[in-house]
Amino acid sequence: MMSELTLRDAAKKTDLLAPGHRLCAGCGESIIARLVLKAARGPTMVTSATGCLEVATTIFPYTAWRLPWIHSAFENAAATASGMEAAWKAMRKKGRGPLAKYETLDVVAFAGDGGTYDIGIQALSGAIERGHDFTYVLLDNEAYMNTGIQRSGGTPHAAATTTSPAGSVIPGKREWKKPIAEIVIAHEVPYVATLSAAWPMDLMRKARRALEAEGPAFLHAIVPCARGWRFPPEKTIEVSRLAVQTCIFPLYECRLEKGRPVYTLSAASAAIARRPESKKPVEEYLEMQGRFRHLFRPERRDDIIDGIQAWVDNRWQLLLEKAGL
Amino acid sequence: MMEKQILMGMNGDEAVAYATKQVNPDVVAAYPITPQTIIVERFSEYVADGLVDTEFVAVESEHSALSSCVGAAATGARAFTATAANGLALMWEITYIAASLRLPIVMAIVNRAMSAPINIHNDHSDSMGARDSGWIQIYCENSQEVYDACIEAWKMGEHLDVQLPVMVCLDGFTLGHTMENVLTLPDKAVKEFIGERKFITVEGHLGEVEFRLDPDNPLTMGPLDLQDFYFEHKLQQVEAMGEALKAIPEVDAEYAKVSGRRYGMLHPYRMEDAEVAVMGLGSTMGTVRYVIDELREEGVKAGLLKMRVFRPFPVEDLIEVVGDTPVVGVLDKAASFGAPGGPLYEEVKTAFYDEADRPLIADYIYGLGGRDASPKLIRGVFKSLEEIRSRGEVAEKVSYVGVRE
Repeated sequence: MMSELTLRDAAKKTDLLAPGHRLCAGCGESIIARLVLKAARGPTMVTSATGCLEVATTIFPYTAWRLPWIHSAFENAAATASGMEAAWKAMRKKGRGPLAKYETLDVVAFAGDGGTYDIGIQALSGAIERGHDFTYVLLDNEAYMNTGIQRSGGTPHAAATTTSPAGSVIPGKREWKKPIAEIVIAHEVPYVATLSAAWPMDLMRKARRALEAEGPAFLHAIVPCARGWRFPPEKTIEVSRLAVQTCIFPLYECRLEKGRPVYTLSAASAAIARRPESKKPVEEYLEMQGRFRHLFRPERRDDIIDGIQAWVDNRWQLLLEKAGL
Repeated sequence: MMEKQILMGMNGDEAVAYATKQVNPDVVAAYPITPQTIIVERFSEYVADGLVDTEFVAVESEHSALSSCVGAAATGARAFTATAANGLALMWEITYIAASLRLPIVMAIVNRAMSAPINIHNDHSDSMGARDSGWIQIYCENSQEVYDACIEAWKMGEHLDVQLPVMVCLDGFTLGHTMENVLTLPDKAVKEFIGERKFITVEGHLGEVEFRLDPDNPLTMGPLDLQDFYFEHKLQQVEAMGEALKAIPEVDAEYAKVSGRRYGMLHPYRMEDAEVAVMGLGSTMGTVRYVIDELREEGVKAGLLKMRVFRPFPVEDLIEVVGDTPVVGVLDKAASFGAPGGPLYEEVKTAFYDEADRPLIADYIYGLGGRDASPKLIRGVFKSLEEIRSRGEVAEKVSYVGVRE
C-alpha cells in the first residue's frame, strides 16, 4: 500500500541518524541519509558500505545510528542487504526466529560512488537481478572522498581529483561519468529515482516510494562534498540545487510498468522541461567548485566547458525523450 | 537416546547437502565451483521441491555468497555456504569479517588446489590459506564424517562461549564425488540436536541486547574500531578459539549420544606402541590406516594420528597422543612457499618445542593438485620414518614426495 509522506510526518519523526557524528561541516551525506530515513515506514535495518558515512557515524564504542546497522566491507553492501532480506523472509516463512513478527522489514543499503560504480557494481547488479526487496541509496559525491578524493567511475569529466589531477598536459578526468541509474534501470527494477538535498520533500517522498516498492529500488543522490569539490561548506544546498537547475543532475523517477520503464521528471526538472529557457548554463555549476577551477584559470578552457555543456544537453535531451517530452 | 539410523549411499557433496537439508538453515547463499557444485545442485533441488524452508540466494560470486551469509547471520539467521579453491580465495576478505563479527556461519570447503596453473583436483592449499581467518576448521576422512560434521558444526560455532564460523573441509573428488555408505539420522533427531540458534547478549548503545540486528533493539555491528579497542576485540577472538577447544569435545559427546559416533580433535590409530607415526588431515588418512595394517603384519610398529580439528589447534591432545612415539612424519597437502615447512608440520613442531621428550619430526609434502597418494607412497613415507628412527636424526626436514624432480 502506497502512502504519501507529509512534511508533518517527517518533522515529527525522530532522526534515525543522530547528531554528534563526525562527518565534515557541509557534508551532503548526513543530510541525504537523515532525510531518507525520515521516510522509514516501519522496522528498518541499514547496511553501509565502507566510506565516509560508515567511518564518521561509528567509532567503537560510539554510534550515531538509532536503528540496526551493519558495516561489512566496501564492495558488498548490496550482497549484505540481500542476506538481511533473505534472513527476514525465511523467518517469516518459518514463523520463527527473531524477526518473524515483522510484517514488513525494510533493508536500506547506503554506498558511495566508489562502492557502487566501481568495486560494488557486481554485487549491486547481482542483488537487483535476484530481485531482493531492498532500497539501495547511492550517495554520489563523485570520488573516493574517504581515502582522499581519488577519481571513480562517478567522477564527472574534467574534474580534478588526486588521481586525475589537473596537470599541464591532462586537464583532470578524461572519461565521462558512468550512467549508473541507466545501468540499474536496464536491470528492470521496480523503482529508480534521483535525489537532491535542495528538494527535501521530493527526496523523502521518493525514499518512501522506494521503501514501499516490491523488489529492489535504487536512489541516486547527488552529494556535494565541500572538501573534495572545493566549495565553502555553507554552499552545499546551493550546489545541490544548481546540479539540478543546470540539468547535469536532473531529478526524475523511473517505474517499471508492464515491463517497460516509465520515466517521470520531478517538479524541479519538469519545470525546466516546460520552460527550456530556465535551464542554467552548466558553467554556473562548474565555476563555484574548485575541482573545475582549471577550466577557468589561468586561462578559460572553452573547449572543455563547451564539451561538458554538450554532454549535459545530450543527456538531458535523452532523458526528455525517455520521459516522452 | 540413540536414534535409529538409515544407511544411505551418497558422495561427500551429497552428504553436505543432505545434512544441510536436515538442518534447514534460514539462508543458503552459494555460487557454483567444481568440485563443490553437487552441494548447490542438490540443495537447489531440495528448495525447488519444497523440502526446506530455506531462502536460497543464488549469488553472482563467492564474495557475495559469504557477504550475503554475513548479512543473514547478523540478522539472526542460520546461514550456510559452500565453496572451493578460487572461490574461497575470492571470499578471503569476508572470511575475516565473518569471524571478526562473530557470526556462526557454516561453510563446506570441498578442498581443491589453488590456481595457477588451474587445477580442479584436491589438495589443501585453499583452506590452509584461510587458517588464520578465525574460522574453526574440521577436516573429514570420509562421507560419514562429512555428514556428521555438517550437523555438529552448527552447535560448535553457535556455542555461547564460541560464536565463530566453521569450515567443514572435505577433499574434492576423493570425497566430494565418491559414493560411500553414510548412516543418517532422522530429520527430527537432527532438528532436536541443533535446536534454535542462541545469541549472546552484549552491551549495546541502548542497553543490554542480543547480538543480532533487530529493529526493537538496535545495535551497531561492524563499526570503525581503531587503536583503542581493535586489539581487545582480536584478543576476544583468540579467547573464543580457546573456548572452542573445550566446546568441540562437549558437542562431540552430545552427538555421540544421538548418533553413536564419537569424534575427537585427534583420532589415533594403533598409536599405543607405535615407533613410527604419520599424522595428517583428510581422506588420505584412510589410506594411511590401510598401510599401517599391512606394516603391522610385517612387524613394523606403525601408527596414525589423524587430525580432525585443525583450528583450534589441539596442542595438548597432540602431545598426549604422541606420547613417547619416537618419530612422527607429518603429511602436508599444501606447500607454504618460502616457509620452513608445510603448514601442519610447522604447527606440530611448534607444539613440541617446549617438550623435553619430543619426537623427531619430518615433513612430507604430497598430493599437490590431486597427485595420487597411493599406499606405495605412504609406505615410502614410513620407510623414511624408519630410517630416521634408526639414524636418530632427521636428515631431510622437508621432503616433497610423489613428485618428479
